[in-house]
Amino acid sequence: MTGSFPVPHGGHVPVLKLGDVLLVTLQGDLHDGTAEQLQQDISQAVADHGVTGVVLDISGVEIVDSFLGRVLAEIAAKAGLLAAQTVVAGMRPAVAITLVELGLTLPGLRTALSTEDAMRLLSAEAEQAPQAAKGAQGAQTWVPRSGRTCRESP
Amino acid sequence: MQTAGGVSACLPIHSDMDLVWVRQHVRQAAAQLGFGLVEQTKLVTAASELARNTLVHGGGGQMECAPLEGRSPGLRLTFSDDGPGIADLDQALRDGYTSGDGLGMGLGGARRLVHDFSVDSRPGAGTTVTVAVWKSGAPRPREER
Repeated sequence: MTGSFPVPHGGHVPVLKLGDVLLVTLQGDLHDGTAEQLQQDISQAVADHGVTGVVLDISGVEIVDSFLGRVLAEIAAKAGLLAAQTVVAGMRPAVAITLVELGLTLPGLRTALSTEDAMRLLSAEAEQAPQAAKGAQGAQTWVPRSGRTCRESP
Repeated sequence: MQTAGGVSACLPIHSDMDLVWVRQHVRQAAAQLGFGLVEQTKLVTAASELARNTLVHGGGGQMECAPLEGRSPGLRLTFSDDGPGIADLDQALRDGYTSGDGLGMGLGGARRLVHDFSVDSRPGAGTTVTVAVWKSGAPRPREER
């Protein structure tokens, strides 16, 4: 078991940019300080690059306690204020079981079973969003329901 | 390092690096006693919550880890500090109550993740939290929910 539980050195978790998405892969056992630093790094990266999505891959994380759970929820909330959607990907079943017993169901945190699913989810949304905006504009332009149309017609 | 091999150990808790050592030791000890993956994850999570309480609220302290004899192997973890103590234990165990900036799930949540849980604390006299977990299959000695 020891081999699969590497001791990280306090520091930065790499934040990668893939198109419009930031991919952050958490590995092993994080220091509290590293997790706090990660929150800042992600918020900064979202603002700098103007990405529309953040994927947090936690498939390599063996435990999520209430501290790390709070960090994940806060990363999602902060990215949300900066107009980016966050998806937590790859949570281990044992971690999910433990979080629920701990009383931490993290409502509002979106999840996917794998990083691939998370990317697909975000890109599907990114495709839908502009269409929805176009559709709304179309309705304003074409549907003769507004008072302006009535006044202009005679 | 006392964590190398063996289940019994006494680890200091004075920084977030020490929390990492505590989690590692508990996982290693639980694996050595044959705990399943979910059991290990629950116990390590509980230990992480309690060790963080010792660090944040107790101002640092230590964790003692000892094997338990019985019909099934078990593990006893004792977290102690010389901090301010807990004035209202019922309140501290309630979900959502926090004196710091956490979610307030630590103590109550940790209690749900273990089989046996006891707190000894008086204002000004520090806090000692003792938890015990047995490998599945054994009858649970006491259920506190």
